[in-house]
Amino acid sequence: MKHLVSVSDLSREAAIAILDTSLEMSEVNDRDIKKLPTLRGKTVVNLFFEDSTRTRISFEVAAKRLSADVINFAAKGSSVSKGESLKDTAQTLEAIGADAVVIRHHASGAAHMLANSGWVKGSVINAGDGTHEHPTQALLDAFTLRSAIHADARGKGLDGVAVAIVGDIAHSRVARSNLVLLKKLGAKVYLVGPPTLLPSALISQADGYSYSLDDAIATFKLDAVMMLRVQLERMTAGFFPSEREYARIWGLNADRLALLGSNTFVMHPGPMNRGLEIDAAAADSKNSLVLKQVANGVSVRMAVLYHLLSGGENE
Amino acid sequence: MSEFTLVNATLADGSVANIGVTDGVIKFIGDQKIGEQIDAKGLVALPGFVDLHTHLREPGFEQSETVLSGSRAAALGGFTAVHAMANTMPVADTAGVVEQIKSLGDEAGLVQVQPIGAVTVGLGGERLAELGAMANSRAKVTIFSDDGKCVSDPLLMRRALAYVKSFDGVIAQHAQEPRLTENSQMHEGNVSAELGLAGWPSVAEESIIARDVLLAEATGSRLHICHLSTAGSVEIIRWAKQRGIKVTAEVTPHHLLLTDELARTYNPVYKVNPPLRTDADVKALREALVDGTIDIVATDHAPHPVESKECEWSAAAFGMLGLETAASVAQLVLIDSGASNWQRFSEVMSVNPAAISRLESQGQKLEVGNVANIAVINPRTTRVISGGGASKSSNQPFEGIELPGTVIHTIYRGTFSVRDSKLAK
Ligand SMILES: [Zn+2]
Repeated sequence: MKHLVSVSDLSREAAIAILDTSLEMSEVNDRDIKKLPTLRGKTVVNLFFEDSTRTRISFEVAAKRLSADVINFAAKGSSVSKGESLKDTAQTLEAIGADAVVIRHHASGAAHMLANSGWVKGSVINAGDGTHEHPTQALLDAFTLRSAIHADARGKGLDGVAVAIVGDIAHSRVARSNLVLLKKLGAKVYLVGPPTLLPSALISQADGYSYSLDDAIATFKLDAVMMLRVQLERMTAGFFPSEREYARIWGLNADRLALLGSNTFVMHPGPMNRGLEIDAAAADSKNSLVLKQVANGVSVRMAVLYHLLSGGENE
Repeated sequence: MSEFTLVNATLADGSVANIGVTDGVIKFIGDQKIGEQIDAKGLVALPGFVDLHTHLREPGFEQSETVLSGSRAAALGGFTAVHAMANTMPVADTAGVVEQIKSLGDEAGLVQVQPIGAVTVGLGGERLAELGAMANSRAKVTIFSDDGKCVSDPLLMRRALAYVKSFDGVIAQHAQEPRLTENSQMHEGNVSAELGLAGWPSVAEESIIARDVLLAEATGSRLHICHLSTAGSVEIIRWAKQRGIKVTAEVTPHHLLLTDELARTYNPVYKVNPPLRTDADVKALREALVDGTIDIVATDHAPHPVESKECEWSAAAFGMLGLETAASVAQLVLIDSGASNWQRFSEVMSVNPAAISRLESQGQKLEVGNVANIAVINPRTTRVISGGGASKSSNQPFEGIELPGTVIHTIYRGTFSVRDSKLAK
């Protein structure tokens, strides 16, 4: 495997291999000396056309724990301002000699373009492209859920696990990547949200859908609910009428948490809008995996870097 | 002036004859021979093609195309007339600009360059441009279009339709409801949902066409719909024609051949407005072209510089080249498919577009006394498309695709603009 642009690039076996490596990396992260020499001499560039301190720091820590040199490169995209073009930026990085480029971009397909353009020789890792994909987020979500469900998770998938993804499916790269990856790992995936934010093409790939979170909870015997962050600009664009109405129908509050029962995990990719898509009662409950998701981000990104840069796909 | 005979040419009706040309006019169709004798055995001779939708980019965007480079591409494609769209800089919204474009076309002298005038000042969609002044100018504009933008204000569209009746003009509508297509990147459907690119829904085109055919009926005016792209649009046009509404419709070569699946490459060469649609749409458009619901093939030749296409999809410009491949795609769809014949080919490539534009001496049957505007093609060759040809741009959507047919000669007013597939000048 050369690049990680889309979770579709991964076979089930390759995905499980990355999750298993993530498990080993998380053991490293629990040690006093959290550093491996694996990628010494390699250069990883974090190319961020869009601000995301959380994701950038997660990749940066991951690369440094593998002893890689890290360069952070914040760029302005050509569609927003007449800034530097993707091509020019890529060629600059090529001159630096990047072994891997971690790219975050506001345009869907930017990572695909970088990987297929011939502009860079190194590996390309998609750290979120527009409303398309966010593969490492999906991998860390799958890793977190797998560890929560299986005491000994190694080698296992998510067969038969029922997951609802709730919220703005249409504009969510997290939802797209999770839909494909969770299904690949054997999970049943249900999409829940207002009809304005549930594209029929994605519904047809899911195992079911509902326009009501209450109905979904009653119908689908969920093992996990994955709440998506709601962008307030969707409200002004007429996708739903008000924050209050959204919270009332699709928000995960204490009542719905009780309906879900004690065996259903609560997930959120962050950052959360508390009181909108998720209440404190749910976010901070004992079933919440939100903090684990954040902590696991580094381990999973270490595993991805390891698989792409050290040729360790038979790990 | 030159005198020559195309010997043993096949005509649109399948008959074989010699075509004699003297002083720019067809002298005879028959057995005779005069002047230089040019073997046309196995070649099909048709009225020179007429493109109703060409972006020549001059004045203002000469790095993409000029009237001269676009004329060259047109001649190589078998065209003897092209209609220059108004979205130049300055916009072709005054008599002065349309006359300038016509003069540039006359200077190039390879095809008739017929300017299209803007409907509204600066394509702004707010005030009517001086349509009468453009109609009465030396450029004799008959087609008005804000192409690239839709005349979305229903009142303004109604006024424009009514106004051009005084000089038998026609409004060519780029049907795109702007509110339904804000930030749209590609056809809204399965592929856009997977790729995370904002959708351009079919209804954004269909709702404008439905409104405008009713306005055309109410005003009794002529309406032309640019680049139909959806099966639903075909249904509306079919309904309107059955009602006797004076509407004509065009389809581009790329909408007859390519689909939204190509967007999976994220290669912006496939980014176009209206967007590439689905297989079902392509099928409906092809049927409509055969059965007469769609009147013409028009290229929407839209050159763009490399930097507008060598970037991420959402930052790229809309549009693709078309002049040098249009006849091949029309042949593929009408002839090689077995769906139709050369007479229909000639109608959609020459006769009908010239009639919509009221162009004299273009789109006329190859008959004695008519001006010698002739395209001669070899339908039995194939070629793999590569590069932008004579265009100054290279946004070639058919790159790597094998297409049938080659334009061998293009004769414009009795003179070869292209001979043996090479530009005469
Ligand atoms: Zn247009």
